[in-house]
Amino acid sequence: MDYEKLGLKMGLEVHQQLNTDKKLFSPCECELTDKKPDNKLIRNLRPTQSELGQIDRAAFEESRRKLQFIYESYDHHTCLVEADEEPPHPLNLEALEISLIIASLLNMNVVDEFHTMRKQVIDGSNTGGFQRTGLVATDGYLETDYGRVIMENLCLEEDAARIIGMKKGKAIFRLDRLGIPLVEITTDPSIKHPQQVKEVAYQIGQILRSTKVKRGLGTIRQDLNISISKGARVEIKGVQDLDLMPKMVENEVKRQINLLEIKEELEKRDAKVYDEIIDVSEVFGDSTSKIISGALREKGVVLAIKLGGFVGLIGREIQPGRRFGTELAGYARKMGVSGIFHSDELPAYGITPEEVEVLSKFLKIKEGEAFILVADHQEKARNALLEVQRRAKTATYQVPEETRKAMEDGNTEYLRPLPTASRMYVETDIPTTPISRKHLEEIKSHLPELPDEKKNRIIAEYGLSEDLALQLVKNDKSDEFEELRAGYKIDPVIIASTLAYTIKELKREGIEVNTLDLKVLGDTFSLLEEDRIPAASIPAILRSIALNRYSAREAAFKEGLEKLSPEDVEKIIDNIITSNTSLIKERGMTAMGSLMGMAMGKLKGKADGKLVNKLIKDKLIKLVD
Amino acid sequence: MNYEGICKEVLESCGLSIGDVILITKKDVKYKGMVLNRAEGADDKHMVLKLENGYNIGVDITDAQLELIKKGEKPKIELPPLDVEKNPEKMDISIISTGGTVASIIDYKTGAVHPAFTADDLLRANPELVEQANIRGKAILNILSENMKPDYWSKSARSVADEINNGADGVVIAHGTDTMHYTSAALSFILDTPVPVIITGAQRSSDRPSSDAYLNLMSSVTAAKSDIAEVLVCMHATMNDSYSHLHRGTKVRKMHTSRRDTFRSINTEPLAQILNGHLEILDKTAEYNRRNEGEVALNDNLEENVAFIKSYPGIKAEIIDYHIDQGFKGLVLEGTGLGHCPEELIPTIHRARDEGIPVVMTSQCLYGRVNMNVYSTGRKLVEAGVISALDMLPETAYVKLVWVLGQTNDLPEVKRIMQTNLKGEIRQKTSQKYFLI
Repeated sequence: MDYEKLGLKMGLEVHQQLNTDKKLFSPCECELTDKKPDNKLIRNLRPTQSELGQIDRAAFEESRRKLQFIYESYDHHTCLVEADEEPPHPLNLEALEISLIIASLLNMNVVDEFHTMRKQVIDGSNTGGFQRTGLVATDGYLETDYGRVIMENLCLEEDAARIIGMKKGKAIFRLDRLGIPLVEITTDPSIKHPQQVKEVAYQIGQILRSTKVKRGLGTIRQDLNISISKGARVEIKGVQDLDLMPKMVENEVKRQINLLEIKEELEKRDAKVYDEIIDVSEVFGDSTSKIISGALREKGVVLAIKLGGFVGLIGREIQPGRRFGTELAGYARKMGVSGIFHSDELPAYGITPEEVEVLSKFLKIKEGEAFILVADHQEKARNALLEVQRRAKTATYQVPEETRKAMEDGNTEYLRPLPTASRMYVETDIPTTPISRKHLEEIKSHLPELPDEKKNRIIAEYGLSEDLALQLVKNDKSDEFEELRAGYKIDPVIIASTLAYTIKELKREGIEVNTLDLKVLGDTFSLLEEDRIPAASIPAILRSIALNRYSAREAAFKEGLEKLSPEDVEKIIDNIITSNTSLIKERGMTAMGSLMGMAMGKLKGKADGKLVNKLIKDKLIKLVD
Repeated sequence: MNYEGICKEVLESCGLSIGDVILITKKDVKYKGMVLNRAEGADDKHMVLKLENGYNIGVDITDAQLELIKKGEKPKIELPPLDVEKNPEKMDISIISTGGTVASIIDYKTGAVHPAFTADDLLRANPELVEQANIRGKAILNILSENMKPDYWSKSARSVADEINNGADGVVIAHGTDTMHYTSAALSFILDTPVPVIITGAQRSSDRPSSDAYLNLMSSVTAAKSDIAEVLVCMHATMNDSYSHLHRGTKVRKMHTSRRDTFRSINTEPLAQILNGHLEILDKTAEYNRRNEGEVALNDNLEENVAFIKSYPGIKAEIIDYHIDQGFKGLVLEGTGLGHCPEELIPTIHRARDEGIPVVMTSQCLYGRVNMNVYSTGRKLVEAGVISALDMLPETAYVKLVWVLGQTNDLPEVKRIMQTNLKGEIRQKTSQKYFLI
């Protein structure tokens, strides 16, 4: 595809949780919990007045019904701040500091004074009805192989409460996540190639990982904005896999191109979406379709709409494995139905050719006309078809602006319309924070090494393999490695593989490895440095320390892993030789291999192989001579 | 404009004012946005700019160039008047505002929060009120409740009386929460009301979607329509937005700095609970005045020179002497335990009595009853003429003394009225239920 000709434009929005001790405006820890909540709060949120304008009783009631929420809280894990029962505490300066480091790494201009804002969010995910957020920096850049990309904004904000489930139509949220500091990085929409968007995301990820941010599932969220010149802006939420990004872009461009072609074809056919919604239940007296007979049994209905000029287009593929009909179904599903049937795919799904024929007559289907069916309760089915009609009408003149959800196969599905401009006003409970230029200069002169830089330096400086260096950097072990390396004169590969692999393997065995801190590792390595243990016994010693809370020396002794003194080794070898004199007589110097095997079996790693080899060899030579 | 110093100079020399859209150019960066007012007390070198994306930032203008892009209009919110017809079937409820805001309108263009207290504003923010009653709205004061004073109690009481005389079937007063319980006690003593007078407020400001103002207001209107013709406080009963408690104006206190359920009945139970527009009496033993056709009576003779002093280890007699010397007409002590203060204060308390100044003893325990007969210090205080406030809250005793001294300065008479239950402020019996509820 010629992306330039299509006018492809993309922007990226990255949300990353920071790894601070405390939340952004609360003294609570930034950890999620699976413990049973101690308390439940029942709350209502009301949109502020300016949104309503005039009194529309019915609409207001409706909005209110949806605005009742249940919040799960804890006696100690969360506090009154999260519960919206206490004003926010002052801004967490550790979080601000991390965001300043990230802003500097992104070549951004930091504001002179940080102001906290309230961004109205009334979906229940914030107990106050707003998210606290502030602009930290603007107008930075990253260089990519495809050219420079502008980093438009960096905001420091509170994460939302996480949704746990639903109860009687009310959303249940847990307050553990609410208030964890997040940075939100937004690029301008100047990214022009699917590979470039991946590169930008990768670079931002590298920069974030070089600072104090959280790791693991759910701690980073990426959203993608895509448009082509004749299409529409679409926001794709929750893109997890960087490698999938180019494919996702490709699929979205395909979708928009196909929707545009469908639009042209509909224009040509002078297509028309009929407003009438027709009850066709009587056609399906004893249907073999499970969905239809099920719905009718539950006192539901089968409703139909007619789409003039749509024939053949509803079944048209617009993304791999997704048809235009799938788009229509996405809108219907938002109203709670499980799906739709459309005439391009029928007869199928238990709906017989006879039923289709009767139905077509019943609906007085003319040439070029398609129909759509929904089987469910009256109200739900009707609402679903209203949404389908709305989407079908849009199809006749444009690609709709949408928020879509990223799927694992690189496709996307309809989530909701694009949000309107955010409603913000100042958070009066938090004083403004000036950011001195002097402090910024200090930050800039101590910027952290980016992961790639660090990996390459470690390889060059210590002669580690690419893989070992990558493991150290990826698992945040490189600082420990360098510290241990500076303290003990042993092979750096041993230190690195202990940090990168041995501890991980012990953990995998289910052993609690928290005790294996820098001091314990250092003590173990000093045994090796003093030649008291063989290198191969390090995993066994560490396992014993972790299991028995021994010191390194105790572990080496108790597990019998200490090296024997050369005198002791010699005694054992003498014994072996004395009890094998007949063998030696018989085989001469060729008995060396057997003797070596016997000795190493007996010494089980308590002696250096080279030493054993030398002793046996010397003694054999003497005997044979 | 509230800018000072450097910012003020720069704005004036560039001919710029609040609301203008400007371009600020600095060495490495440019910002385009609207000039906003700055919080009071902040430094004078940062100018507040609202950027096009809605965020506010502070820009240090000591090294910046300013350029006008577009002259701003003074932002104002003008909503069309509402045309709500009076329904003769429904009761007439007046809502009086003393400050703070029961409702707010946010102008997202500038981020400004406009207080709203006309009846129309209230109805726009809380359209459900239309179904409950015919609402009249009136703003009589615009103060923070910490700035309340006895003079304003009078003013509020007179407004309430006016509303009742003009036919209101109930009055709701919107009040800041800090001193709400002083005002509720004051209005209790000043007014004899034939209809409910309900005081309410909000612990979360009304500009937030999570504000408690809505439930408090709705429940207050329900209470104002009830047959309890007294001064009452109506606020959240719990941290949930589900039901409210109705407290006697003389037996209620703010007990938490920030929680929604901060108001608690002390030495009694809440009088009633209100759930979904339904009022249920909780304290079955309580007697209360019923709604009646009588006239409202108002007695707002008050003595403002009353001091309210907390006793503590190390308190000096000079503090009492100072108040006597300054011409205070009455003293309320918040004593320790059963109603004590250090023995060395006793001579100066004698002096107060000799100069005709009543000294009333309350307890900083808040819960329980003052009894100065148990320990020798207490007996000496009684000898010195100290008046026991019995199970009255310290704040209520203070307000009551302000009112009593407005009626008489005859010491025995002061003592008699102080110890007579007028508005539910004194109960003879203390139930074991009445602690930490």
